[in-house]
Parts: sequence; C-alpha cells; structure tokens
Amino acid sequence: MTPENFLYLAVVLFAIGLVGIMLRRNLFVVYLSIELMLSSVNLILATFARVQGDMGGGIIALLMIAVIAAEAAIFLSLIIYIYRTTKTVDSKRITKLANQEEK
Amino acid sequence: MEVLLSLIVILPFLSSMILGLSYLIDEERKLGNTYYTYIAVGVPVLITLFSFILIAHMFPQSSDTTLYAHLFNWVSVGSFTIELSFMLDRLSLVMISFITFIATLIHIYAVGYMREDEGFGKFFAYFNFFLASMLLLVLASNPIILFIGWELVGLASYLLIGFYHKEHSNITAANKAFIVNRVGDFGFIIGLGVLFITLEGQGFSFEAIQNGIGGLSSSTLTFVGLMLFVGAMGKSAQIPLYVWLPDAMAGPTPVSALIHAATMVTAGVYMVARFGFLYNEIPDIGLFIAYIGAFSALAAALMASFERDIKKILAYSTMSQLGYMFIAVGLGAYGAGIFHVFTHAFFKALLFMGAGAVIVALHHEQDIFKMGNLRKHLPKTFITMLIATLAITSIPPFAGFFSKEAIINHAYLSENYTLWVMAIFTAFLTAYYMFRLIFVVFMGNVQREYSKLQPLGRWMSIPLIILAVGSATVGFLGIGHGFGNFIALPDRSIEDVAHNTEYILMGINITVALIGIVLAYRLFGTLATPPKADIPFKVFIMRKFFVDEFYDRLFVRNIRGLSSFFDRVVDAKIIDGVFGGLSLGYIEVGKLFNSFQNGTVRHYATYFIFGVSLMSLGLLFLLEVK
Repeated sequence: MTPENFLYLAVVLFAIGLVGIMLRRNLFVVYLSIELMLSSVNLILATFARVQGDMGGGIIALLMIAVIAAEAAIFLSLIIYIYRTTKTVDSKRITKLANQEEK
Repeated sequence: MEVLLSLIVILPFLSSMILGLSYLIDEERKLGNTYYTYIAVGVPVLITLFSFILIAHMFPQSSDTTLYAHLFNWVSVGSFTIELSFMLDRLSLVMISFITFIATLIHIYAVGYMREDEGFGKFFAYFNFFLASMLLLVLASNPIILFIGWELVGLASYLLIGFYHKEHSNITAANKAFIVNRVGDFGFIIGLGVLFITLEGQGFSFEAIQNGIGGLSSSTLTFVGLMLFVGAMGKSAQIPLYVWLPDAMAGPTPVSALIHAATMVTAGVYMVARFGFLYNEIPDIGLFIAYIGAFSALAAALMASFERDIKKILAYSTMSQLGYMFIAVGLGAYGAGIFHVFTHAFFKALLFMGAGAVIVALHHEQDIFKMGNLRKHLPKTFITMLIATLAITSIPPFAGFFSKEAIINHAYLSENYTLWVMAIFTAFLTAYYMFRLIFVVFMGNVQREYSKLQPLGRWMSIPLIILAVGSATVGFLGIGHGFGNFIALPDRSIEDVAHNTEYILMGINITVALIGIVLAYRLFGTLATPPKADIPFKVFIMRKFFVDEFYDRLFVRNIRGLSSFFDRVVDAKIIDGVFGGLSLGYIEVGKLFNSFQNGTVRHYATYFIFGVSLMSLGLLFLLEVK
C-alpha cells in the first residue's frame, strides 16, 4: 500500500462530496456530501502524518472527528427545524434568501 | 451730520422691516391702521426733518463741499474696496430734499387712500422700502451701491404695481415692468463692468472715476456712456423701453404718484447728471440722448392726446416730461434737467394725487369720458389739479414754466433747432391734452348723476393743498439761474444771449401753451366726446403706434416658441432620453445579476466552489508550484 492510493481515494471522496453538494437537493444528502468531504480531508491529514512520521497530523485528524460529531448535532437539528417550518427538506424550495417580490 | 446722513437711509429700511414683520406676524389683523400709520408716516417725517437740517448745514458752505458717511467696507480685495458709504453733495442734497418731502406727503395721502384696504400694513412696508431704496440710490458714493439702489427701487416698483394681486392683468403689468427694466439694467451693468475693467482698479467711487476718466479712450467712453443710458431708458421709460410705464398704472394711485411720477422714473436723469463728467467727454452720445428724449416726449404727448384712462394720460405725460429732462441732460444742461426733475416731482405728484382723489370719489372709475362737471362736487381737487395743470403746461408763474422754459431755451441756444421745434410742439400737445383732461373731467355741461360721491378725507386733502402751494411757488427758485448755480453741476456752457432773444423765446413758449389750451377748450370745453379711431393716423396713435404688438411679435412670441421647443424637444426627447436610457441600462444590468441571487443553496454552494477553486489556482500561480 503506497501513500498515493490513499490520496487518490481522498480525491475521489472529495469529488463525490462536491458533486453531491452541487447537484443533490435533499438536505440530508447535502449534509452527507459535506461529511464525505471532511472525511476525505481527514484521510489526507492522516496519510501525510504517516508519511512524515509526525503525529501532529494524526492528532488534528482526531480533533476534527470530534468537531465533526458536534457539528453533526447542530446540522441535523437545523435540518429538523427547517423541516418543521417549511415542511420540506428540498433545498430548491427553501429560497427565503432571494428577493421575495420576484416570486 | 454724518449720523443724520446715514440715518436717512437706514431708518426707512428699518421701518419697512418692522412693518413687514408686524404684518406677517399679525395674521388676524388685530393691529389697527393706527399702529402702521405711526411707523409708516413717522419715519418719512423724521427723515424729512433730517434732510432739512442737512440743507441748513450745506447751504452756507462752498459748492464743492461733499459730506461722506462711511458705514463699512462691503468688499475688500487687496487694495480694492467697495465701501458702503453715503455721499452728500449739492446734487444729492437736492434729490433727497424733494424725495423725502414729497414722499412724506404721499405717505400721508396714502393713509387716506388705502385706509380700507386689507393689506394696509403690507402696502406701507413696501412703500417705506421703496423710499429707503430710492434714498440709497441717490446717496450712493459709488456706482455699485447706486446699482443696488437701482435694483431695489425696481423690486419695490414691481411689488407695488402688482399690489392688487388678485387681478391677473395687474400681475402681467408688474411682470412687464420688471422684465423691461431688466433689459435696461443689463445694459447698465455692462456699462459699469466695462468702466470698472478699463479703470484698472483705480478705485470705483464717483470721485475716483472722475479722476481716472481722462486716461480712457473715447471709444470706451462712448460705449460706457451708451450702455449706462440703456439703463436709464429702462428706468425712466424712454423709447424704446417705455412700454411698461402705462401698464404700471395698475398699482394703487399713491404708488403712481411717488414711484412712477415723482421719484423712481427720474433715477435715469439723476444717473446721467451724476455721470455728467463722463457725458461731457462724449457730446455725440449726449446729442443722441437728447434726441431719444425729444422723440419720447413727442410720442408720449401724441399717445396722451387720445388716451381715455385718467391715470394713463398722466403716465404718458410723465414719460413726456422725462423726455424733456433727457433733452436737458443730453445737451449738457444738467442744472436745468435736475431743476425740471425737482419741479416735476411737485406737480406730477399733485396731478396723480388729484386723479386718485377723483378715482376714489367715483368708486374706482378711471375713464375720463364717464366723468364731467366735477368741479362743483370736488372743488378742492379741482383747484389743486388746475394749479398742477397750469404748472405742467408752463404758464407763468407756476413751477413748470421756469424749468421747462430753461430746457426749451437751452435747446434753441445750443443751436439744436430740430430739438427745439420738437420740444415746442410737445409743449403745445402737453397744454392740449392736459387741459383736455381738466375740461372733460371737471367742466362741461354734462348733467351726470353721481351716486354718493366719496368725500375727500383730511388725510388726502392736506397733502394736496401743500403740494399745490409747492407747485405754484418752487419755480421761483430757478429765477436768474439760482437753482443751476446752487447745484453746481458741470454744465456744458453755451454763449450768453441777448435779453431780447430770451423774451422772444419766452413769448413763444407761453403762446404755444395758450394755443393748446384754447384748442382743448374749443374741442372739449362744452361737450366732451370720446375719441374715435376713424382715420388711419388716429388708429395708429390710439393703438400706441403698434409698439406692444411689435414687441409681442418680435420678442415675446419668439421666446415663447423657443421655450416650447426646449420644453417639447430638448427636454422631453434629448435630456429625458439620456437619463431614461441610463436608468434603463441600470435596471437591465440589475436584472441580469438578479438571476444569480435566487436564494437556492445549491447555487450558492456552486459559486462558492468556483470561487475557492479560482483562489486556489491563483495561489498556485503566485507560489509558483510546479
């Protein structure tokens, strides 16, 4: 197993995440895509830590997992709140930021 | 003395401000006429006393004594200053003495005339304001201050002509006066500007101008003299800028008496006399002024001969007398010109006040052919007006005789025989139309029932009597060139003539006047019929030489056409097109970007990713990563 393979995997995961954010409308899927991208970054950090023989990267990756867990709680509660107010999780129909009169 | 001199100008400005403010604050009209009367008449009385004190002070001193009252420096740039200061020499002394005196009488008269008017306080605020401006004009020590006074009297005249502002025609008349004067003032200010530039900062007081004028070329002087006279044409109602004066009669009669007969309209004559040293350098322009004066006098006399409105007859006669004054000052007889200003102020104010009394008595009837036989009903008015008429037709020993004779004789003696003939013919016409007025209004066998004539109050009759005494006697001041020697203006001298010639000339003047009177009696003494426009010549005169129509075609319509062109084409199409197009462009561009801001999270995320990608690429280039 060479480090390149890990990096390729990370790039693929990141790309899937990007495309998911841009193309999918379900907020849960969008959230999953974001998580996927974060994980790919974690993977890169861990890989480079191993290559360099420096534990700093690994520690940051571990801290990030903790932060992501906290963030997941906030994200999910936001999505539930949005669902309660708008009765939908389709991001296309949540356009409160746009000019109201143009509707 | 200096304090008195400055108070003469300051007090009426103050009183007009007080009157104006009281009138504005007192919306419910609780302040009675008495309050306004005390201030409005008190101040002119006071300044008349001041001016008499100044006469007593100046009289014994030598003729070139000049009193200055310096208030403050208005403009001060480097070595150049414009002072607000007043100058009292013999010329301005004469001017302020009769202005304050006659203004006081007319103020008193106006209290009676205006007593039932709602805008009593407003009227006197304007009236005092006019008085102050006129005094500022004649006492100014430099042309700039003179010009300020010149403009302010124009403003006061505008306000007072349009005083009965509920009728549209009065407003039109006021606008006409203001606009025609503006044409004249334009010339005046050009003249002053050229004079100022060519003098190259040697100071701009009258004294400095007099000293510096020797260094100017004669073409410059000619231009300046001509332009200044354009201003005088406007203010003093001479051809071709006279059209506003007859219409100005729309104002209350005291206004016509004070502003459009006795004082403001003579400002042009005063100005020419004040710049006498300048006009002495350019006698050709002087001759031009004299001819303009003669033509104005003649044209006005012709128009007056066929007019029916009592006030307009007097307006034309004012214009005619102003023409005489310009003949005098144009030929360099400044003393005679100012003397005629002086006597004219008395009898013309009296004529207007008499006309006002008639108009009030007949409940605002102004057509003389609807009057007649009034001498029994209004004896005081009849006698005073008769005296004034005798004065204006230059029957000795009334005031007008001395001043007018001096002018007509000067025209003869300076060998301008054309001018002399015109002046004599005008004198004949003057006698004719003035006595026509007297015969038609006061005599005649017309049995007319007048419904309840308004009696003449004491406020109105006393000024009439005082002015009648004045009109009968002030002429004696001119005997033996007394007035001219006193005022000591730089007259262009003419050869002395034998007494015989003078007596013959005097005889001609009196004869001509008598012929005019007799003709008027033959035509109107017993039976008065209104003039009919039956032959072309009469039509021509009765339509005022078609001058109003001509100006309407030439200026008013063209300017109106130009305005509507600008309104419809330039403004609506070009200017609005440019700005409309610009704003339309902004809207379109806004719409273009609007579609990006659609509120959809996915799209925002896309922009975000593009942005971050671009920034990353940029960083790669910047850091030169291979």
